[in-house]
Amino acid sequence: MRWDREPEIEMKMRGREVAIIGVGYTNFNSVTPDLSWKELTFEAAVRAFEDAGIDPRRDVDSFITCAEDYWEGFAIFDEFTPDQLGGALRPMVTVAGDGLQGLATAYMQISSGLFDIVVVEAHSKISDLLTYEDVVLLAFDPVYEAPLGGHPYYVAGLEMREYLEWTGTTEEECAAVVAKNKGNALRNPLAPFGARVSTDEVMSSPYLFDPLKELEIAPLADGAIVFVLAEGELARRLSDKPVFLEGIGWWSESPWIGSRFPDAEYARRAAQAAYQQAGIKDPLGELDLVEVDDRFAYKELQHLEALGLARPGEAGQLLLEGALGRDGELPVNLSGGSLGMGDLVEAGGLARALEIILQLRGEAQGRQVDEPEVGLAQSWRGVPHGTGAVAIFRRC
Amino acid sequence: MARLREVAVIGAGMTVFASRLMETGKELAWEAAKQALDEAGLSLEDVDAVVLGTAPDAFDGIHKKGENLLDGAGGANRPYMRVYTGGGTAVMAPIAGWWHVASGLFDIVLVVCEEKMSSARPHAQSVFAHIWDPILDRPLKPNLVWIFAMEMQRYMHVYNVKKEDIALVSVKNKRNAVDHPCAQLADPKITVEDVLNSEPMALPVRRLDISPPSDGASALVLASLDVARELVPDRIVTIDGVGWCIDTTMWTNRDLAFPKFLARAAQQAYRMAGIKDPAKEIHVAEPYDPFNYKELQHMEGLLLCEPGEAAKLTREGVTQRDGRLPVCPSGGLLGVGNPIAATLGIKVGEIYWQLARKAGKRQVKNDPVTGVAQAWGDLMQFSSVIVLRRR
Repeated sequence: MRWDREPEIEMKMRGREVAIIGVGYTNFNSVTPDLSWKELTFEAAVRAFEDAGIDPRRDVDSFITCAEDYWEGFAIFDEFTPDQLGGALRPMVTVAGDGLQGLATAYMQISSGLFDIVVVEAHSKISDLLTYEDVVLLAFDPVYEAPLGGHPYYVAGLEMREYLEWTGTTEEECAAVVAKNKGNALRNPLAPFGARVSTDEVMSSPYLFDPLKELEIAPLADGAIVFVLAEGELARRLSDKPVFLEGIGWWSESPWIGSRFPDAEYARRAAQAAYQQAGIKDPLGELDLVEVDDRFAYKELQHLEALGLARPGEAGQLLLEGALGRDGELPVNLSGGSLGMGDLVEAGGLARALEIILQLRGEAQGRQVDEPEVGLAQSWRGVPHGTGAVAIFRRC
Repeated sequence: MARLREVAVIGAGMTVFASRLMETGKELAWEAAKQALDEAGLSLEDVDAVVLGTAPDAFDGIHKKGENLLDGAGGANRPYMRVYTGGGTAVMAPIAGWWHVASGLFDIVLVVCEEKMSSARPHAQSVFAHIWDPILDRPLKPNLVWIFAMEMQRYMHVYNVKKEDIALVSVKNKRNAVDHPCAQLADPKITVEDVLNSEPMALPVRRLDISPPSDGASALVLASLDVARELVPDRIVTIDGVGWCIDTTMWTNRDLAFPKFLARAAQQAYRMAGIKDPAKEIHVAEPYDPFNYKELQHMEGLLLCEPGEAAKLTREGVTQRDGRLPVCPSGGLLGVGNPIAATLGIKVGEIYWQLARKAGKRQVKNDPVTGVAQAWGDLMQFSSVIVLRRR
């Protein structure tokens, strides 16, 4: 089994400590016709700066936006990034990746000693995109894959089938992910897709990409998230509840769909790096809660296994036993995940991380778990790619 | 600023710049990456992480182009990151490579920049119709060349710079490019009159004032100083300063004569490198020269001379390869070509080769110790700057 085949990758010495000292976010909604992407970002930014108690024009050394041209409908979207964040005439760079890759970039800018305070932004204004599936199809290889056409989520259907066969996970276990996450979302005022649905109801929703069912697919949503990061000592001075970014890893598999095994290797290798940096030897014992990418219900189970939190095929059983619920041994996606909060494209990773930070700060209100200390957030860049990242946070 | 982990350039490579419709972007990326690894004496297995630079996805028509290119760039099965600042990517990608190593997370990082503009039909310019603000700019149907015509006019007006002096930049760079094996538009016999009499594009911009669209790729291998001392003890070239800066999106609100954002980026890089008087302490420069007037404007933004003074230095021959401050000894974008992000090879790559004394026929005469490379992009609003030094 590939599960334990690869050698450990070696992450090197750690530089300076890095902590999150401020978060800001908008509501998340399936449509936001009254706001432009700039206004969404501005709203999240203002709240993040207020939360961190900083002035972006005076205190921030560097800004990072996570975006892709085709989501935005521009060539060179980087042009449009500075003003709404307060980044004009400052160092600013676009990371063409997920929010956690932006977080990794901020981490490196601070731990290298170059900067002390760095801002990371990611947003989704995916409702502006009238041809979502056609644009996703443009991410397929233009010669071998894209000409096959069809709705691009067929790739998720194929992978789910392969994952079920490889691990023995059942369709019911995948459906139970939806029931849990949409239920969790009912306690999260930020999550627009909360619902009380039963596993049976999910099972009886129509197959869209057999064996993937309609209710197992996260609906798209708009929103913006901004984080303020600071060097460790400065963070302790500026904030009474800094959350330390103790490990961050990211990994890309081959871009060829046909050459990947359904074990989410990207998540496993990213996690290995992050665990090593954070000094985590027994993830299941040491993590108090996790947020993983669940854009398709089976992905939650697959990702949990890749993170080493369950053996292949066992995540579904843990779920049915209640271990992944709010009162379980390891609460997973208390925010509601993407199934409850919506698929926020490049902001998805920051949405997962946001929940961990709010929980570690004790600000998760009705869904707060009891005094968590360590949490993990994981992201995946979506169909058709094999790229993902893992971040580990610890309360001060 | 805390003490930074030192980072060296240990290898560079680049492909021929030309229209290369027969090759995929992945193939171009790997050709450049392999050269850089060979020069460093490494193989892909030695690489801890890969940073990719490539400009608009619309050239290739591939969404998330970075993901598509990753196996060609050596990024499959390792940590891989794409940074993106339009034309500024050529120098921003190696800056990102710098922080990958300087953070202590990685020891050996491969930086690959790829661009394939020929697949955009009928012309790469058509992609630039989609870079404008949809409400304020796009209804005017702007074209990049006429935007630059306005900027060039403004620059000439404010500093009283003559078209003849600007044309000298094209002459110098296209002649320099004769010695570059990857050059697309080298011309050993070009004269100022040729430039002044070339086809009008959007006056005052004429055809020979502009660099050509191109396909190509370039790569660098970066390593921590300790690793560099083991692998390439004969040529230690370190990245001593990095800086970047973006100005407001609203180009109509900016000073089009002096690039303030570049001056800020340069000051950041010089401060980090301990450079107090760049005009004296920089020995060779590769400013971004997609248009001939941009070389002059960027020399000024890089604080290598006073605003408006670059034309005089060019006229006096100071910026020639045998001058006091050689500028664009590679032949620049004007001579070697402008595959946007891939100009890494004639900016940071060229400075590395010059400082490592590996530039062959292009080697400048003043045996430089410190050099600066710069790129410029987005909507005339972004610059990235790297200072390299030979130890």
